Amino acid sequence: MASTTLGNGRLAALRLPRLDGSLLSNSAKYMALPLTGILVFLLLWSFSARQIDTSLGKFPGPAAVADQFEALYREHQRSREKERAFYERQEIRNAKRVAEDPGYIPKLRAYTGKETFIDQIGTSLVTVMSGFLLAAAIAIPLGIAIGLSPALNSAVNPIIQIFKPVSPLAWLPLVTMVVSALYTSPDPIIAKSFLNSLITVTLCCLWPMVINTAVGVAGIDRDLVNVSRVLRLPALKHVQKIVLPASIPMIFTGMRLSLGVAWMVLIAAEMLAQNPGLGKFVWDEFQNGSSDSLARIMAAVLVIGVIGFLLDRGMLTLQKFVSWDKVASQ
Amino acid sequence: MSVLLDISHMDMEFPNPKGAFTALKDVNLKIRQGEFVSLIGHSGCGKSTVLNVVAGLYQATRGGVILNGKEVLEPGPERAVVFQNHSLLPWLTAYENVELAVKQVFRKSKSKVEMREWIEHNLNLVHMGHAIHKRPSEISGGMKQRVGIARALAMQPKVLLMDEPFGALDALTRAHMQDSLMEIQAELNNTVIMITHDVDEAVLLSDRIVMMTNGPAATIGEILKIDLERPRHRLDLADDTHYNRYRAQVLKFLHERHSKPDVRTAPALNTETNSVDTGSEPDKTKNKNTERTDAVVDAA
Ligand SMILES: Nc1ncnc2c1ncn2[C@@H]1O[C@H](COP(=O)(O)OP(=O)(O)OP(=O)(O)O)[C@@H](O)[C@H]1O
Ligand SMILES: [Mg+2]
Repeated sequence: MASTTLGNGRLAALRLPRLDGSLLSNSAKYMALPLTGILVFLLLWSFSARQIDTSLGKFPGPAAVADQFEALYREHQRSREKERAFYERQEIRNAKRVAEDPGYIPKLRAYTGKETFIDQIGTSLVTVMSGFLLAAAIAIPLGIAIGLSPALNSAVNPIIQIFKPVSPLAWLPLVTMVVSALYTSPDPIIAKSFLNSLITVTLCCLWPMVINTAVGVAGIDRDLVNVSRVLRLPALKHVQKIVLPASIPMIFTGMRLSLGVAWMVLIAAEMLAQNPGLGKFVWDEFQNGSSDSLARIMAAVLVIGVIGFLLDRGMLTLQKFVSWDKVASQ
Repeated sequence: MSVLLDISHMDMEFPNPKGAFTALKDVNLKIRQGEFVSLIGHSGCGKSTVLNVVAGLYQATRGGVILNGKEVLEPGPERAVVFQNHSLLPWLTAYENVELAVKQVFRKSKSKVEMREWIEHNLNLVHMGHAIHKRPSEISGGMKQRVGIARALAMQPKVLLMDEPFGALDALTRAHMQDSLMEIQAELNNTVIMITHDVDEAVLLSDRIVMMTNGPAATIGEILKIDLERPRHRLDLADDTHYNRYRAQVLKFLHERHSKPDVRTAPALNTETNSVDTGSEPDKTKNKNTERTDAVVDAA
């Protein structure tokens, strides 16, 4: 009896520091190590930046980039200020003319200032999300149909296999020409450039989502399908109650894959086609060639990275919220 | 004695790369309305396959199943299945799993309130009233199996098909479930086909025990009629000579099939045991023999 207690005591004594150790390693895992990683990266960056001379001066280090972040933000504020002033002036002018001549119908002109960095971030985000949602609206039903029907799968598979490896950028010229030819409204509500970027994003989101959804649907546990058959669930209910929930994890895998690719492709497409967005910002700065340009491009690169990361995190959070399968969404 | 379910000359072949694998060969069985039939046989012999054909999930290669004068061509809720691995939808709670079935079967005949009461009633029947709103991942294997049983019972099927329904349960819960199944069956007069590996369970619950030969090309080896008074109580039966003789007979069959899987005496045995005289005294050496086989079967 005594020896067991002793044994337990010793065990506890042995375990306590172990527990502390694991706690420490936990906090190290979640805070200290990533911070160290970032710090080392910043040091390496600022060190190597100083060694690189370009035609636009020294390669920007972290400090220069931080300065540019501030400058870009101030530019944005100034631009907003100008915009407000513009509308104020317009309103006063119109009010005056209406007072002089009651029959006058005031003209409202939109502010046409240059897009700031932050506007460009907004444009890119809206474009990527719209293209992504459009792709999801097409790809998920299509993927479900392909997953449910082996015949359709055999019919569509070769086409998917051929178009899947094509870089969406190769589509860009075709998309641009087709949009210009078909979208000829004199007063377009949606800008053509936006449409071009959006369709490019949609094209690159399509394949991973179709394929993953189809694989998910085709791989549903036979037993669950049998439950549905015994209950004689009608086709639509079968999809809604069995197929969709069962393939949610795979659908999300496809969505995360395609959103990641879409974000990369969009930036490239904006650079290539001079469509508004972060890509255009980078390209403009490159063409601009001022002494701040490299630091501004570096700032854009960081923002692109952070947004890409946040998009993925957002999808993961959404998946956790929607999916029953808590393991798959970790 | 009206035949409800007629399995006649049923063959089942599964396609495989080297032609076809004959799982079942010439299975014949007639089941009366309200009868409780157990299928027993070694693992992999084809018990689940028989059940799946009756359920309509598989289509027999030759022969087939006639239920109430109509050929079974597809699955349907009048033949509810308790699947071997519970098959609950993992994204639905216990309640919702039963609800899916109840809504499908009673959508015209029950009101919303009646449905809710009926779902809860069936979950209480399997002692799952306390975990109604838990997902399958939050409950134990035995509890999942119980929800699966509740789902099948709630469909009020003509024929209840159960594939090792109590396999995942501990002895006490299993005994509990067996008792409630007997009660439910006595009350509703369901026709039941149950697959089991448990000899005691088979003898306790069944009107007839169907013993299958080993595969491939498995068929019915013997059919043992269990003439024990109902209601049956496990404690009273423990010392009942008839009960023990039945038990011994099943064990003997399983043991012989197990040790000599190539014996092809099924037709002879079949005729012999269909007319088995339950009044004859079992001899003692045989009983001893079966106790040893008991150990063998348990170990296996
Ligand atoms: N869908 C299938 N395709 C091919 N072969 C199958 C299929 N289903 C079953 N079989 C084969 O048929 C035979 C019988 O299988 P079955 O599942 O009916 O056995 P069982 O008696 O239920 O076994 P257990 O007691 O282990 O559940 C096995 O040899 C199995 O490999
Ligand atoms: Mg089985």
